[in-house]
Amino acid sequence: MSRFREERLAELLRLLPPAPRGWVEAAQELPFARRGLDRIVARAEADARFRELLVADLEAAFAQEGVEPDPVLVDEVRKRLSLPPDRRS
Amino acid sequence: MLTDSELVARCRSGDPEAWRLLVERYSRYVYAITRSFSLREHDAEDVFQDVFARAYERLDTLRDADSLRPWLAQLTRRLCIDKLRAGSREQPGEEEPEGVEDRVEELTEALALREALETLAENCQEILDRFFARDESYRTIAEALDLPAGTIASRISRCLARLRQRLEETAGKPRLEDR
Repeated sequence: MSRFREERLAELLRLLPPAPRGWVEAAQELPFARRGLDRIVARAEADARFRELLVADLEAAFAQEGVEPDPVLVDEVRKRLSLPPDRRS
Repeated sequence: MLTDSELVARCRSGDPEAWRLLVERYSRYVYAITRSFSLREHDAEDVFQDVFARAYERLDTLRDADSLRPWLAQLTRRLCIDKLRAGSREQPGEEEPEGVEDRVEELTEALALREALETLAENCQEILDRFFARDESYRTIAEALDLPAGTIASRISRCLARLRQRLEETAGKPRLEDR
């Protein structure tokens, strides 16, 4: 008799459906996003006008640097640069 | 296939491809753990992203690279509990729903089975994943893989038998034995 029942294998296979593709891709992009974030923070520390743009319109500043304004990253930039919180949220 | 230890070492050296593989390897597992907490969809997504964001930031603090799987499981459970607490209108102190411990153990068993699945031919991996994990019908699978619908059931059965055979060949996975 088999040590591994096929019914049990089927049950276990059912337990791990794929995560939504968008979630997986966003998590996979983290290293690239982090690099963009580091670039933004470094530029803001070196360039006063860019820092003003960040304060005025953070998402526009992200776009200028070619970085997707993911909410997690936006929050992190705010924290790292001690910017005021987003009043829209 | 890279071991977890090799994967972690590559991620630590800044290899983005290794990170992509790590997320791919554990995305189902992390997702399934969040589901066992019955979180709302957007809360589950927050936890999912947070797990990988924290793992990425703290990979250097992982003492034993072979313990990546339990480390991720623990991180996911902790963040799920935090999410439950944050959303609870009742007294703080929300703990894990009953049965999560057993569920995570079962998911770990399922993850080990997926590793065995990945050693099978691509067509078997695809057909078993579509039928069992993605819950696709025979017709959908037949259309997607350009196969006659009437052959799907027998192909699933054959692939399942191959998977069982592979497990028996490699043995040493007592948790998958008959209970």
